[in-house]
Amino acid sequence: MSGEGPRPTILIVDDEAQMRRFLRASLGSQGYSVIEAESAREALQLAASHNPELVVLDLGLPDRDGLDVVRELRGWSRVPIVVVSARGREDDKVAALDAGADDYLTKPFGVRELLARIRVGFRHRERGDGSPVSAVLEVGPLTIDRARHEARVRGELVHLTPIEWKLLVLLAENAGRVLTHRQIVERIWGPSSTTLAHHVRVHMAELRKKIEPDPARPGLLLTEPGVGYRMSDP
Amino acid sequence: MARRAERPRRGAHEVTHERDDRPDPDRLLERLRAETARASRAHFKVFFGFAPGVGKTYAMLESARRLRAAGTDVVVGVALTHGRRETEALLQGLEILPPRRVEYRGRMLEELDLDAALARRPGLLLLDDLAHTNVPGSRHKKRWQDVLEVLDAGIPVHTTLNVQHIESLNDVIAQITGVVVRETVPDAMLERADEVELVDISPEDLLSRLREGKVYLGEQAARAVQHFFHRGNLLALRELALRRTAERVNRDVLAFREEHGVESTWPTADKILVCIGPAPASARLVRSARRMAAGLRAPWIAAYVETPASTLWSDAERQRLEGHLSLAESLGATVVRLSGVNISDPLLTYARRNNVARIILGKPTRFRLFDLLRGSTVTEIVRGSGDIDVHVISGDAAPEPTARDERQGRAVISPSSPIPWPKYGWAAALIALTTGLAALADGQLGIPDVEMLYLIAVMIAAIRFGRGPSVVGAALAVLGYDFFFVAPRFTLTVGDGRYFLSFAMMFAVSLVISTLALRIREQQQDAVQREERTAALYALSRSLGSAADLAAAARVTAEHLSRAFAAGVVLLGEDGAELRVIAVHPPGTSLSPDEQGVARWVHQHGRSAGLGTDTLPGAKVVCVPIQTAASAVGVAGLIPAEPLTADQRSYLEVMIRQAAVAFDRAELAEKARQAALRVKTEELRSTLLSTVSHDLRTPIAAITGAGTMLRDDPGLPPEVTAEMVSTICEEAERLEHIVSNLLDMTRLESGAIDLRRDWVPVVELVGGALTRLRTALSDRTVTAELPEELPLISVDPVLFEQLLVNLLENATKYTPPGSPIEIVAAREEGIVSIEVRDRGPGLPPGDEERVFERFYRVASAGQPGVGLGLSICRAIARVHGGTLVAANRPGGGAVFRLTTPAAGEGPR
Repeated sequence: MSGEGPRPTILIVDDEAQMRRFLRASLGSQGYSVIEAESAREALQLAASHNPELVVLDLGLPDRDGLDVVRELRGWSRVPIVVVSARGREDDKVAALDAGADDYLTKPFGVRELLARIRVGFRHRERGDGSPVSAVLEVGPLTIDRARHEARVRGELVHLTPIEWKLLVLLAENAGRVLTHRQIVERIWGPSSTTLAHHVRVHMAELRKKIEPDPARPGLLLTEPGVGYRMSDP
Repeated sequence: MARRAERPRRGAHEVTHERDDRPDPDRLLERLRAETARASRAHFKVFFGFAPGVGKTYAMLESARRLRAAGTDVVVGVALTHGRRETEALLQGLEILPPRRVEYRGRMLEELDLDAALARRPGLLLLDDLAHTNVPGSRHKKRWQDVLEVLDAGIPVHTTLNVQHIESLNDVIAQITGVVVRETVPDAMLERADEVELVDISPEDLLSRLREGKVYLGEQAARAVQHFFHRGNLLALRELALRRTAERVNRDVLAFREEHGVESTWPTADKILVCIGPAPASARLVRSARRMAAGLRAPWIAAYVETPASTLWSDAERQRLEGHLSLAESLGATVVRLSGVNISDPLLTYARRNNVARIILGKPTRFRLFDLLRGSTVTEIVRGSGDIDVHVISGDAAPEPTARDERQGRAVISPSSPIPWPKYGWAAALIALTTGLAALADGQLGIPDVEMLYLIAVMIAAIRFGRGPSVVGAALAVLGYDFFFVAPRFTLTVGDGRYFLSFAMMFAVSLVISTLALRIREQQQDAVQREERTAALYALSRSLGSAADLAAAARVTAEHLSRAFAAGVVLLGEDGAELRVIAVHPPGTSLSPDEQGVARWVHQHGRSAGLGTDTLPGAKVVCVPIQTAASAVGVAGLIPAEPLTADQRSYLEVMIRQAAVAFDRAELAEKARQAALRVKTEELRSTLLSTVSHDLRTPIAAITGAGTMLRDDPGLPPEVTAEMVSTICEEAERLEHIVSNLLDMTRLESGAIDLRRDWVPVVELVGGALTRLRTALSDRTVTAELPEELPLISVDPVLFEQLLVNLLENATKYTPPGSPIEIVAAREEGIVSIEVRDRGPGLPPGDEERVFERFYRVASAGQPGVGLGLSICRAIARVHGGTLVAANRPGGGAVFRLTTPAAGEGPR
């Protein structure tokens, strides 16, 4: 963040003092203003009173489920939420993402990863959902021209089925951000679709064959195991 | 007759029995046991009178006031003052338990609130009128059952009882007074009493009290009452009551004598055996036997012999038999069911084996001809009895409805079942057919052949249609033979007088043949029924034998019970203080909260209850306790279409006993398994601690060292600072790695893993693993050979990716940097295989299996880690139903081969 304007405020919700200390130090040094909450109750109070620009939320809170915090916040706020949870709690993460959280981090994580998530969160917030987007999307080697319905990788045109096209556009629009299987199904096939997660996997495998030089070592279309997919945002 | 039975003559062998001056040690031991039991059980006192109005309630309340003054916590459960002022005055100042109000047929009735009484736990509970019948819908049918439950709960009880309510005196009193008393109390209740206080006034006083209106007469018809309160009746009743009390006193004296080594006049414990059947007179036999047994203070047995003929009994007869058996049981008899071809043999064998001194039989009322054909049971028993006394007691010929029948509101059914008219028709048709056949072959057949033909027809009729139709068939055969074949033909007149003899012989032979045929059929039916039950029991025990654990044993039992009794079955097992459903059959069967209440009661009291029993008979379920030698392990609840007969219930109990043994065994096995598991867990924990403490400390030491250096020494050169920082990061990563491996292992070991299977392309799993290990694999050539035709596999994506990551990490750790790694997947017969191949030093020969053991590390490698990675891999492969094996490659290096089932074509 540059020195222009007020410093963006980030709300850190974690009951562990050491985690808060680390987050405060690392985010503070990056020019963010940090407020902290130890419990769900406190978090909701601070979110209402200070109106932070982003929330980093640990799902394991002493008083209430972190998932409740996500749902409640989403009741009246569009603030980006990055949830934090340990490996093996993939279901919790998926539930939080489906409830409206923007991204997740698996403990333990490095500062670089955290900052990348925060940057993506801000970017999507700035863009918003209703704001007009340019017809051409560029992510790494990928260029998508929505007006002409064309996708190119390193300049080469790729032929996509309608579903693959929708999938690619969806992931590119949310580049850097994780999308759960359910979110992908809902956005492509519609909310009442009976399409299952493995259909998404099959289309994804086909898409990779067309986009990735080595589908066994994807560089662009990343799998988030047990959660969903993410288009890497270099 | 009843009186004769009370003073039986002594059997010969009783006199010759040797007496010993010393008290019998066994009996002393038994007495000691009885004493202990009595000391620990609640005190029970009965205020005993010979008629209503003698002042029992008054006496009970008076004594209660005295006890209260002495500090006893007295609570009045039920006291019937019937508005008498003197009696009501006695209630003043006593705590009265609020009654339970029940609406029954539009009337508000007050009943004892049993649960409140049990919850209140007084030092003494007064419950007037022991013979009272509870309102339908109460827990027990009878107040005496309530009393038993209160006593069982350790609460002392005082109650009142009139002599005419004693079960064994029921018929005597009916004879004396002409009033049939329906509310009876088993004799055992009076015997259970620790104290019996006779409340006695002279009949004259009672009659004058009656005239003064001081006696409550209830709602009985005035005439019956007048009849009852007749001076002669009262004298007789008083005598009975006095004698009953005197018997008790006498017994107490004898007990005292024996206890103190006084030479006993106690008769030997010769047993009395009464043989009963479905005939209505059997109820009298039972009561007579009970009185005789009481007079002799001898144990008594009620035996019923199931013969082939029993299979032909009507339902009414069976019900009556069960009624007699439960009457005997309630009067304190041991009930045995014997079986055999006839009655006498099994009965005598049983009697000899069990030291029976007297056998009581009913006088037969049957027609003599049957005795000729089948032999008289009485004659056979008398002939075979040897030194056993046989008492033959007359029974009433007229069917006497027992109080029990009326109580249960059953219609009293006449002994014979409705006549099976179609069978008679068939028998007649068969004879007509025979006649036709004989007529067709007329000329070829001689007269004797025709006779034979008819005999065959009668035999067939006997086998197929039973006795009645076969007798009719025999008569028709004689008529047909006469009409169609004996000259002069087509008339019933007979030319030759000798034919009458021939007819008589033909009829007699027909009867004999049909009787024999019938017996064969009966025996066969009997055998079939036995066979079925034995087979069902055998099937159950075999299924139970192969049931691996309690859940399986319960499931098997539920299935078999459901099949054997055509009922919905719910088995409940003990789970701490609660009962928990452990099996149901058919699926979806469940118990309502009320029915669960029945089950809980059964579990607490160890007695059957519910439909068809005496406790909570209004329920739709019948519950039987499942008890093993050690404890009550659960309850079986059956919801049958029709109430089970007592016979079925005892069969049910046999099956449950068998199941209980299996449950017991399963539980022991489970305990042994858990103990073994505990030992194993303990071993694992100690290995874990010793291994892990070292492996965890190393990275912690490095982090602490580097961290303190950075903190304490600000003037470090930049390259040293950078090195310290990267040490901290690397070691922290290693620490996280060890911890997550340990967590994974623990979760897999404990079986706490919840597989989230989904259909996943292999390429996605491999891709995920390679992406995660990007840094570690950066200096290697990794080739992935993933054919197009690979199907989706059904796995937990997170766990399976972890498996691949661990395998690849293992390869990077144990092979030289820069050496290639290959990943090759293939579709094979029913499986998908994924191989991770390296070109490292390979596995030490013979260690191909050991590498999967926990905490095993190849000795020479000198690599960090706890040796859990590969065992986690194998555990993950196994929870997916797959395999993981290791081998050395031709040309050097190791190959880890992972397989997972390929379920058909997968989804789509």
